[in-house]
Amino acid sequence: MIHQYKNNDYNIVLDVNSGMIHVVDDLVYDIIELFEDNDTDTIIAAMMDKYSKPENAAKLEAPININDVIEAIEEIEELKKQGALFSEDIYKEYITDFKKRQTVVKALCLHIAHDCNLACKYCFAEEGEYKGHRELMSYEVGKKALDFLIENSGSRRNLEVDFFGGEPLMNWQVVKDLVAYGREQEKIHNKNFRFTLTTNGVLLNDDIMEFANKEMANIVLSIDGRKDVHDYMRPSRNGKGSYDLIVPKFEKVAESRNQTNYYVRGTFTRNNLDFSEDVLHLADLGFKQISVEPVVSLPEEPYAIREEDLPKIYEEYDKLAKEMIKRKKEGKGFNFFHFMIDLTGGPCVAKRLSGCGSGTEYLAVTPWGDLYPCHQFVGEDEFLLGNVFEGIKNTTCCDEFKLCNVYAKDKCRDCFARFYCSGGCAANSYKFHGKIDDAYDIGCDLQRKRVECAIMIKAAEAE
Amino acid sequence: MKRIKTLNTRNLKESMKKGGCGECQTSCQSACKTSCTVGNQSCENNN
Repeated sequence: MIHQYKNNDYNIVLDVNSGMIHVVDDLVYDIIELFEDNDTDTIIAAMMDKYSKPENAAKLEAPININDVIEAIEEIEELKKQGALFSEDIYKEYITDFKKRQTVVKALCLHIAHDCNLACKYCFAEEGEYKGHRELMSYEVGKKALDFLIENSGSRRNLEVDFFGGEPLMNWQVVKDLVAYGREQEKIHNKNFRFTLTTNGVLLNDDIMEFANKEMANIVLSIDGRKDVHDYMRPSRNGKGSYDLIVPKFEKVAESRNQTNYYVRGTFTRNNLDFSEDVLHLADLGFKQISVEPVVSLPEEPYAIREEDLPKIYEEYDKLAKEMIKRKKEGKGFNFFHFMIDLTGGPCVAKRLSGCGSGTEYLAVTPWGDLYPCHQFVGEDEFLLGNVFEGIKNTTCCDEFKLCNVYAKDKCRDCFARFYCSGGCAANSYKFHGKIDDAYDIGCDLQRKRVECAIMIKAAEAE
Repeated sequence: MKRIKTLNTRNLKESMKKGGCGECQTSCQSACKTSCTVGNQSCENNN
């Protein structure tokens, strides 16, 4: 399968099955469109016809002759021979063995607090309560969760634990105690805990920063961008905006971590479709690790992204990509999470086929110890998997997640981006279609656009 | 090649040989939490 597109004056050809990416001239670009369904003579005739027309010839530096077309075809054939163009999908067979694989748990999202000191309008956790009641995780439950993770992690050494909420700083002492317990246990069991923290910043102080800088492999700091945008969607419970309170603290966190191993993370909605301005605002504040993501909401919400918003969002992604290239050249570059793509050392096929790992490798734990496939399923009764005291009980549900991969989803089979998103988010699929093996269509459209932009940035950087 | 420039990319098929160790980061632990962003994760298989 080939995906070819033009962006920012680059002709880009992605060979989907090998992941190889080529930047090509106009002639090769046109021939690739015809290559699979036509013989050489037909292609030569079509190209000679096209490039003899004045409107096409005018765009060329030099006129195209038959030898140029033959040369272009030969280059394409050479790459095909190398398995870098028109390569076959050989993973369908691989997936048969893959289904039989033994999975282990390697990451937990600990819901340290089902409570929050902000009242963000788009919160999927319903201001921290997740369709339930306010509750803080006890140390005992947290300890059991870490024990459960160690016991179920097989030979995996790196174990990830995200302190999540609600707002985890509302239960900070338990976070600190659990980190201490984890550090003690990792030595005994030859594991390596990577703790991460996701916070709105309201309760951040110097002591917390110092501890977090020592113990947290990553910190996610929630901020949406410009003050008016942020304050509108992320007010405190008394309706006051939170921007002024958190920005100085976030700047301090970013600097104290040498501008690495953190993200300022925002959400954009229909209210700020010009979200590239928010990303650039965060960059102008000095942040180097930025993630601003589209809200995922049902259409009845006034702030939900609608299909009609897509052209504007595409435009914004293009604008942002070009600005990022420019700023990098000027020595003012920054990372945008959704444009990051690791072409040389990225994930293996097994990872790309298995997706995010929700329900298998990655589980969420409620304050009282219940297990769910991920943080977004918490509170959905049919997805209750078990608890940290007795382990997984609902293995049928876990098996459904295990089989949820790009080959199980009709919408993914012909999608060029399938090895970048790995079939997308199961929770989003469930939210929009009531089942986990479908896909959230607007999310897919945006993902494809982001992959195109990310590859274009790589093409520009390779010049 | 004169007309085609191939970006420095790891061929996915090569990664089948020693892939699947599972030591890499879970995507939702990095920043997303509402999307599935796998393509930007780094491989941690040092063998």
